[in-house]
Amino acid sequence: MKVLKLIWKNSMRHKLRTSLTIFGIAIAVIAFGFLRTVVTAWYAGVEASAANRLVTRNSVSFIFPLPYAYRDRIARIPGVETVSFANWFGGVYIDKNRFFARMAVDAGTILDAYPEFRVSPEQFDAFLKERNACIVGADLARQYGFKIGDIIPMDGDIYPGKWEFVVRAIYQPRDEKIDGTQFFFHWTYLNERMRAEMPGRAGEVGWYIIKIADPADAASISGQIDEMFVNSRAETKTETEAAFQQSFIQGTSLIINLFNFISFVIIGIIMLVLGNTMIMSARERTKEYAVLKTLGFSGQHIVGLIAGESMIISVLAGGLGLLLTYPVVGAFSLVVPKSWFPVFYIEPSTIVLAGTAALLVGIAAAFFPIQRALRTTIVDGLRFVG
Amino acid sequence: MKIPFKYIFRSLFTRRLTTAITIVGVALVVFVFVAVLMMANGITQTLVATGSDDNVLIARKAANGEISSIITNDTYGVIAALPQVARDADGKSLITGDLVVIINLEKIGTEGGMSNVTVRGVSTPVFQLRPQTKIVEGRMFSEGAREVIVGSSIARRFEGAQVGNTIRFGGDNWLIVGMFDTGGNGFNSEMWGDVRQLQSAFSREGAYSTVTFHLGSPDQLDAVKAEFERDNRLQEFEVKTEQQFFADLSEFMSIFLSALGIFITSFFSVGAMIGAMITMYAAVANRTVEIGTLRALGFRRRSVLAAFLIESLIISLTGAAIGLFLASFLGFLQVSTLNFGSFSELEFSFALSAEIISAAVVFSLFMGFVGGFLPSIRAARLNIVNALRSA
Repeated sequence: MKVLKLIWKNSMRHKLRTSLTIFGIAIAVIAFGFLRTVVTAWYAGVEASAANRLVTRNSVSFIFPLPYAYRDRIARIPGVETVSFANWFGGVYIDKNRFFARMAVDAGTILDAYPEFRVSPEQFDAFLKERNACIVGADLARQYGFKIGDIIPMDGDIYPGKWEFVVRAIYQPRDEKIDGTQFFFHWTYLNERMRAEMPGRAGEVGWYIIKIADPADAASISGQIDEMFVNSRAETKTETEAAFQQSFIQGTSLIINLFNFISFVIIGIIMLVLGNTMIMSARERTKEYAVLKTLGFSGQHIVGLIAGESMIISVLAGGLGLLLTYPVVGAFSLVVPKSWFPVFYIEPSTIVLAGTAALLVGIAAAFFPIQRALRTTIVDGLRFVG
Repeated sequence: MKIPFKYIFRSLFTRRLTTAITIVGVALVVFVFVAVLMMANGITQTLVATGSDDNVLIARKAANGEISSIITNDTYGVIAALPQVARDADGKSLITGDLVVIINLEKIGTEGGMSNVTVRGVSTPVFQLRPQTKIVEGRMFSEGAREVIVGSSIARRFEGAQVGNTIRFGGDNWLIVGMFDTGGNGFNSEMWGDVRQLQSAFSREGAYSTVTFHLGSPDQLDAVKAEFERDNRLQEFEVKTEQQFFADLSEFMSIFLSALGIFITSFFSVGAMIGAMITMYAAVANRTVEIGTLRALGFRRRSVLAAFLIESLIISLTGAAIGLFLASFLGFLQVSTLNFGSFSELEFSFALSAEIISAAVVFSLFMGFVGGFLPSIRAARLNIVNALRSA
């Protein structure tokens, strides 16, 4: 174990340089971890999808509605447990920067379809009893200071006019993976008003949410639903919730690729910084390596010394960086409005990726110095002058 | 007395490998920094070029983008009657009511996947209102027919979106009879059809998304805005120049990309700064005797400080030059993404600007300064006798 002691002493020889290297790499690891967290947050919708939920929407695109009449026909398909539905309300709350998801939903079935939204029975009853009651997510309530009984005014765009909602319930997301910034109100309230003001738009549903008994039936039930409405005015496209969420992300594949590219650049920089330091240290010790070789130590020992020093630095730096990533991500989610990144946490895969990267970089950065050390003959080494 | 620039410059070549590595590090940071800013700028430029400032676009005030704006026929009538609406030589009003919807199409290529494409129902004056739009293949759609024309970007990027194909939507088959090009603005990523046909296909008779008309002269804008405030029937609607409206659609995306890009780049630029610092410390350590000699010759401490600082700045400026050079090639790339503002596909090019270049230069100078500062101080504070002795 003298070798380990030697490696450690070698690293500590130039305390300033070693600590600068560790610090520099740690910062880069934080940047890497943060970036990966942003990418995984992008996929949050897909991650939160349930295998036993299907989404049926208008096959032309998401912005076209489906008739309310489809509901009963879908419910009759064997294997379907619950049929719920929602409309995207949109609109503006105070100003366009205050964005959060606003939807009109089928009050009776929505919590059945989404058990991950937890609402206390008393609050839910209160919500059911009032026409213009709404349910807000706990994170949303915290962000805007909504309390039970507050009146929330909105300016509709897709459904024009001035609207007012009363907060009667607050839902708690089941865990950190679930979006806690959503806003729901009664579809019947929306429909009532459309019937009165724009009768041509009554009976419109944005999309259906179908809870099925057995996830294995997903493909066949999807097919059956779409079959039912082929050649009608509103043809449907039914898919698993995960596929539905995925379709929103597909359009932004360019940006995700950009982020992945930047991740690689960060790794590259880490490698450069560490490589730079290792080259310098190895060069300084050329004479010493020559002496070691004279004493009888083989090339293998030299490799071990250099690689060992490189790995110690990269592992320490990686560990430090990962530890510090948590407060950075925490600070970011405090500063940025929750409704922009409703789900923002560090996934295990990010930790594994960063850790592996640190190890690999530790090995790679030692490559050139090792090559040089092995190739230099003893005589040249002893002769070496800085 | 100042240390000769030649000395500073040639010192850089003594430690070639480590200097080169440091330069590459800085170049990488600058490349990413510039690339992200070019992307944000590209999106903004494309959308700014989409409208003219002598056209006026009216949308519902609360609307988030064109697809969620609704303007009924009655309101259209009120707008069309405004005195500021320009007329062409034949006395026809230069006004178009647009119906904007989104359809899903499959992207061409290995990645594939679906994306949203804007379909815009327009009226015949549209080519006079948007003169940059030219039909480059096929012909214009005929009124009364289920025909559409596609922007060149859509024809390039989506399956089945080429001239001669039919696309199915709105319960019917639509024939693509022509392709248009606008010289690279937002309309390139759209499909256009006859507004009446689209209204009936989507059961939106009597409603438009937005209304656009040509102003007699740009200074009539204020008069139009005043009219909208005065008239009760127009209270819920907002007037902007066409250019302003589309530029605003790019705001979210642009800010999002710039903010994220700058935040991340600042972070890992620290890595590059550390790299520069390590290199400079090593340079000082290796040239201790040299520094002692310079001081013995009579050069002042501050000259030594300046010399090392300038060395560091040269390293970072070279890195910046390389990074900028490589990033400029991105300008040849045309890419496409979903624009959050309009919820549909937008093709754009990475666009370099004077501001981006100067930001990159300032950024790299900052990196060089911070990286080189402490080592330079150390060099300046060396004691002459100890330095000369340390050989």
